[in-house]
Amino acid sequence: MTEPVETLAARPKSVGARVRRTEDPRLLAGQGRYVDDLAPPRLLHVAFRRSDMSHARIRGLDLEAARGAPGVVAVVAAADLEGLAKPLVAASRMASYHGTPLRPLAEGKVRFVGEPVVAVAAESRYLAEDALELVDIDFEPLGTVIDPEAAAAGDAPLLHEEIGTNVLVERRFRRGEPEAAFAAAAHRVGGSFRFRRKSPGAIENRACLAEWDAGRGALTLHSASGIPGIVRDALSEALDLPGHRLRVVAPDVGGSFGGKGSLYPEEILVSLLARRLGRPIKWTSDRLEDLTATSQAFDEIVEAEMALDAEGRVLALRAEVLGDTGAYSIYPWTAGLEPVQVVGFLPGPYRIEHYEAHVRAVATSKAPTGPYRGVGRPAAVFATERLMDLAARKLGLDPKEIRLRNFVRPEDFPYKIGSGIVWDRSGFTECLEAACARAGYPALREKQRQARAEGRWFGIGLASYAELTGIGSKISVAPGMPINTGTETAVVRIDSTGGITAAVGIASHGQGLETTLAQVVADELGARLEDIRIVQGDSDAVPNATGTYASRGAVLAGGAAILASRVVREKLLRAAGHLLEAAEADLEARDGRVTVAGTDRSMSFREIARAVYSEIGRIPHDKREELEATRLYDPYYGTTSSATHVATLEIDPETYRVTLGAYLVAEDCGRIINPMIVDGQVHGGVAQGVGAALYEEVVYDADGQNLTASLVDYLIPSAPEVPPMTVLHVEGELPATLGGFRGMGEGGTIGAPAAIANALSDALAPLGIGIDELPATPERLFRLIERAQQRQDNQSTGEER
Amino acid sequence: MPRLSADRRTEVRFTLNGRPVAGLAEPRLLLSDFLRHVVGATGTHVGCEHGVCGACTVRIDGGLARSCLTLAVQVEGCTVETVEGLAPGPARLSVLQEAFRRHHALQCGFCTAGILMSLDTLLRDEPAADKARIEEVLGGHLCRCTGYGPIVSAALDAAERLSEDPGAGDAPEERDGDV
Repeated sequence: MTEPVETLAARPKSVGARVRRTEDPRLLAGQGRYVDDLAPPRLLHVAFRRSDMSHARIRGLDLEAARGAPGVVAVVAAADLEGLAKPLVAASRMASYHGTPLRPLAEGKVRFVGEPVVAVAAESRYLAEDALELVDIDFEPLGTVIDPEAAAAGDAPLLHEEIGTNVLVERRFRRGEPEAAFAAAAHRVGGSFRFRRKSPGAIENRACLAEWDAGRGALTLHSASGIPGIVRDALSEALDLPGHRLRVVAPDVGGSFGGKGSLYPEEILVSLLARRLGRPIKWTSDRLEDLTATSQAFDEIVEAEMALDAEGRVLALRAEVLGDTGAYSIYPWTAGLEPVQVVGFLPGPYRIEHYEAHVRAVATSKAPTGPYRGVGRPAAVFATERLMDLAARKLGLDPKEIRLRNFVRPEDFPYKIGSGIVWDRSGFTECLEAACARAGYPALREKQRQARAEGRWFGIGLASYAELTGIGSKISVAPGMPINTGTETAVVRIDSTGGITAAVGIASHGQGLETTLAQVVADELGARLEDIRIVQGDSDAVPNATGTYASRGAVLAGGAAILASRVVREKLLRAAGHLLEAAEADLEARDGRVTVAGTDRSMSFREIARAVYSEIGRIPHDKREELEATRLYDPYYGTTSSATHVATLEIDPETYRVTLGAYLVAEDCGRIINPMIVDGQVHGGVAQGVGAALYEEVVYDADGQNLTASLVDYLIPSAPEVPPMTVLHVEGELPATLGGFRGMGEGGTIGAPAAIANALSDALAPLGIGIDELPATPERLFRLIERAQQRQDNQSTGEER
Repeated sequence: MPRLSADRRTEVRFTLNGRPVAGLAEPRLLLSDFLRHVVGATGTHVGCEHGVCGACTVRIDGGLARSCLTLAVQVEGCTVETVEGLAPGPARLSVLQEAFRRHHALQCGFCTAGILMSLDTLLRDEPAADKARIEEVLGGHLCRCTGYGPIVSAALDAAERLSEDPGAGDAPEERDGDV
């Protein structure tokens, strides 16, 4: 008698359960190991003398005094590193693109305040910083390049003279006949939307530690990075070292939010110095360095206009986008990463037949911009969702109704938007309906009527969006980038003690991937969760890896882990078939045991593994095979995550402080591996979006000085500023990805700025105010309201006359 | 009061999590750096070195302090407690730590050490602390991952469990991977 195999599917699964994280005990007990916790013997510490000029030629350097300072082992500038590393240039297939070289130290000139110019290696960080004081740099100012519009004009000082322009990327998108559609439109709405510069703000600053093994000619770099695989491959090129002599490890990493998602000069510098000095070299960023030299983001001007018919259906969209990308085209993502994706995602989850957009990425003398939670989408969604609300107001429609009229409908999927991105089936309408139902939308509107009657500024804001996640090899996650980001490899192994190890190329920096991937592997193998160890963040673990970015972890690493686990399970059952003298079809693996169905005959994975590897004669000699598999997964297209956010808020008429009320997110991320972790990602993403909407802004003055270089000036939301949140999971039709997963690490930050901007505009609608600049700080709100009230006063005075 | 020379290292002795420690420190050496790099107690983290983020928070003679704004020589003869001292024993977690795990009140874990120190102190000094009070204390810390809500829930949960059994120094042991 054999039980039907179907019973296997009915067993309780680890995927879908609120499994407590395996990472937590070590992190809670202070036993995590972050880069700065590592201290190999003979360690040297590096400190950088960074540029205090925005754009200047380096006329001269005097390093002699610093070289003689106590405890100093080496002081180097670009000239001292000549020939030691090949400069790296982020490549692109875009015809209009200009790359910029990434060097460990500034060569010839500096292009932003914070750019590393001189590195001091000393016995302690204190001594290294002492020596920095003795470094003398003679700068010749070359003219700041601060305003992006001025930077794009022909007469601006050039940051990279050899390029001949500050415009690093320019692209046009066009579909249909936008001019005709605009000409025929019953209604038009438009605006110029300004999304101000942000800093990622991970609480762990960046850090890297290089160790050179002279005997083996091998380098190990520990780096607080989200992309150890990309760093490994890039260093291999820069240092001319093959991958088997170059290992990059991201141990416990204290958050990234995009800031640890690029290759940095400091990683190259410590690697070079370790090889040259034969001693381990560590650099740990301080907060000043983080706020001035870690990649920044989201600095865009989006001029956009929408054409609608009389019923409020969007006919066409056109946009002019200017992205301020800072001094360099970041490696490997390029200067096109953020602004080109703004244009890519502007059409949103809507059916818009005609589309036209022009985008430019301009270099300015500020810190380079790079990946940041949401990349491109937060600014795009801000503009598009503001336009939807402006149109609703103009047509006298409710914001919910106008979205319902324009969403890509279930029967339209797959739907290609004007920029060429294809949405697979995702719950656009379902998320909006679920969010409004749960929020009690009609009751909220009633509450608003009452508040308005009392003269209070209370607003409700909706934002709906779609994002492409788990992107496969069809396109790169950064537009035009030639590096394949669409595959992921997993190595799953049962060793001779029965221990299960699954190695992947992604790198966790808080996402809990050691837990979620173990859940996936446990289900596929029929193993116990506690018997599985996930190895991640180590370039030696798999042959090819990139890292964690672009909401790809669950989809790509989850998919690869499923494929590899299935092969290992087949091998395990084959071996068990010999050992238990049963047909493989009669075996089932569950809870770490293989059982002959319907009998009490069973063996633990451990017993099977021992028999396979260690015990003579248990398995026929020609049937013995390793319980291991390596599999690559490529979802090819990727899949569409979507959500609707509902924000409510009130503006204090005295202080202009914005108090957010209950915040709601309804999202479709496909099958959920661990609801606790999914909720956590949404919560954190929304909190970051709250910062983007109301508080966070990197400010450069006209001299190119960063005025927000401390956490007193760069305001990250703290507990009282973040609203209570509810997250609803709309698990509709599952996508075609293995496991049915979609990515969901970034969505919170994508929706929140737009929802809050719409809620602020809704609150201030009686004054005729629409929010077109974020963050909407109390000062900005004060100015807008003052101006509007003066306007109203003038009007009423005029009427009296 | 002893006079210290700026360029001389002084021996500093104090009690760290119940055990005596000693080491040499220049007067300018921060307590955070002393703990991490001289003693090797790396559980205390450094996030800003200007007293805003709260990651480096420790307890000195029972009161909370930013170890990045404290000089190592200042804790001579003091009792210092850090995150490494919160758990009641190896492979065990305190009630608050276990509540953090249950409520997913940490993600990357970097800010967590300081937050645990502040909330552990709050629950010790004000066992009846309510949500508003917890949020107020939490307001002295930055966490970029969690959005804070789960941290407040964890603290409330721990407060309730401690009030039911004030003697409970630690949580019942739970296996890794338990649901």
